[in-house]
Amino acid sequence: MLKYIARRLLIMIPIFFIISLVSFTIILLPPGDAIDRYMDNLIFEHGLTEEVKAQISALKELYAMDEPVWVQYFKWMGKVLKGDFGYSFQWERPVAEIIWERLALTLIITISSLLFSWVIAFPVGIYSAIKHNSMGDYFFTLLGFIGLSIPNFMLALLIMYGVFVWFGESLVGLFSSEYINVPWSWAKFVDMLKHLWLPMVIVGTAGTAGLIRVLRNNLLDELQKPYVITARAKGLTGIKLLLKYPLRVAINPFLSTVGWILPQLISGATITSVVLNLPTSGAVLLNALLFQDMYLAGAIIMLLATMTLIGTLLSDILLAAIDPRIKYE
Amino acid sequence: MMNRENTTREEEFIHPARFKREEEELYLASQWQLMWWKFKEHKAAMASAIVIILLYIIAIFAEFFAPFDPMRRAPKYIQAPPQKIHFIDKEGFHLRPFVYDMKGTIDRDTMTRVYEIDKSYRYRVYFFVRGDEYKLWNLFKCDLHLFGTKQGTALYLFGTDGLGRDMLSRIIYGARISLSIGLVGVFLSLILGLILGGIAGYFGGVVDSAIQRLSEVVRSFPTIPLWLGLSAALPPDWPPLRIYFGITVILSLSGWTGLARQARGKILSLKTEDFVLAARFSGASTARVIGAHLIPSFMSHIIATLTLAIPYMILGETALSFLGIGLRDPVVSWGVLLQRAQNIHTIANNPWLLLPGVCVIVTILCFNFVGDGLRDAADPYSR
Repeated sequence: MLKYIARRLLIMIPIFFIISLVSFTIILLPPGDAIDRYMDNLIFEHGLTEEVKAQISALKELYAMDEPVWVQYFKWMGKVLKGDFGYSFQWERPVAEIIWERLALTLIITISSLLFSWVIAFPVGIYSAIKHNSMGDYFFTLLGFIGLSIPNFMLALLIMYGVFVWFGESLVGLFSSEYINVPWSWAKFVDMLKHLWLPMVIVGTAGTAGLIRVLRNNLLDELQKPYVITARAKGLTGIKLLLKYPLRVAINPFLSTVGWILPQLISGATITSVVLNLPTSGAVLLNALLFQDMYLAGAIIMLLATMTLIGTLLSDILLAAIDPRIKYE
Repeated sequence: MMNRENTTREEEFIHPARFKREEEELYLASQWQLMWWKFKEHKAAMASAIVIILLYIIAIFAEFFAPFDPMRRAPKYIQAPPQKIHFIDKEGFHLRPFVYDMKGTIDRDTMTRVYEIDKSYRYRVYFFVRGDEYKLWNLFKCDLHLFGTKQGTALYLFGTDGLGRDMLSRIIYGARISLSIGLVGVFLSLILGLILGGIAGYFGGVVDSAIQRLSEVVRSFPTIPLWLGLSAALPPDWPPLRIYFGITVILSLSGWTGLARQARGKILSLKTEDFVLAARFSGASTARVIGAHLIPSFMSHIIATLTLAIPYMILGETALSFLGIGLRDPVVSWGVLLQRAQNIHTIANNPWLLLPGVCVIVTILCFNFVGDGLRDAADPYSR
């Protein structure tokens, strides 16, 4: 087991390397970005004085702008590993100060959406498998297809519209107005939980539909296996039979699908946060990109991908721990 | 298949000759024939396929189906709600449908436009009317529209936007971009996926694991942030057509992994088959073995996967354009149209601005059903 974990950790290194390369490419791609504009602004405001010249050359030095691309990459990477993600020219603050709280909120939304899809998919999947081809099964299948087909942001817009029309409330943000710029407290946390359900449902829906299908099909396969027939022949009935064996096997997808559900959830959280105006990383990322504040954007993209990577790793290890059939190659 | 066999077995005693014919038909049927039979049994998939075909026909002949030019502004009808089609008035039933005129006033309290139906004036709706001039596919000059009013105005079945442009016409023109981006994007990822997956599966070893790792990384990247990052790099001064292709390339850069995985798996399992060995002994080159023997034998699976990949492409374009980082005005796509429906107050006052989103949902739903049916049908020999 330890060997397996070590192996998985080793594989993560090259993957992380590629992720950082992609993120750095995104930072470099735009032709004229925020640094150029920042420097132009300096010159425009103060004229080309000695002080400004010094400042510009310091900036160029800091970001290694006159050096070859790979030097720039390694300088950037070296700082990133120390937790320094560069400077946001849009916010005029270090990137690291901006992103952590927002990433944490993204993580909260993602995890709660994951839990939401588990909580819904578990009973519905079991029901659909036991009563397969019943009216209820068809209903949930149709509902699942619809859930899969509604883009996150459309769902957000539709729910917002529905709530506004029926209850006259506009559901935006993650906090009530009195808590927005207040340091964390228990009351703020409770307030957040009250607002959390909407993004949770919106982000979780698509994944739930997929999960129900996987659980249903797995359980159907298991239920036809000889050991279930044996158990039935020996007199085990109903719920007990189901819980004792097949379900334990069929439940694997809850962990094994985390690898592909997680990127989907983080994607969903990104776009949903823009629509619902949530103080998570999504809206900041979009603004940073529109403003071409590339160090901020690059850092967010890299950290979101890294979060996905870690989540996948954790789920793989859990899966290996739970399911003895998985060999620790 | 199941039903077919059961009934034939029973009928064998009653109609021996007919049984023979049907059985022969079943055995002689080509793989595609079997797939078609199986696909037909999936009712939802059949219905969805018809809807999709209709949507594409409308998109191809957008100029004809749209009642107006999508850029045409009607200052009298800014942000007008959808009009209802009537058949019945005080005098009774008319075969010729009509719509009532609307009069807009500005509500001084909320500063929004309020429209009242003006029953004193009506517009009759005719089929095949002459209206705004257009050039079909930029080739043929024409002014024929499927339906419209003789007066050439005031038929806004889906309402109008903030500039008084007809939403229905814009949605129909937008279908052209939104639906084609799915096909083009999927075609690009098909090429990428087949090449990379084919190479990985056929050669194995180091090449295989390198390509596998690469596709793992791409798959573990959350798509929307990655797409956002890449499309932000497209220069804003590019002409629309180039942006369109740029977006398509970006979407397919992350869309090839599923196809590659499928192609790899199939090639791995097929390359030890006898017919591949026979081909190789007869002196066929690697490219020929892959292209002429391996790919055709799993084409059906590829088509099913492709169908399921199209909605993701459409979704991607819609999401990017919606966020204002993909296609932009004056290009008309469903995502661009949805840009105007971003905040709750606009939606609350003009809910018809969400209609392009409904089109997106219907399209994706249909593609998912068809893909599901194709996936079941792809393996006609399995039950």
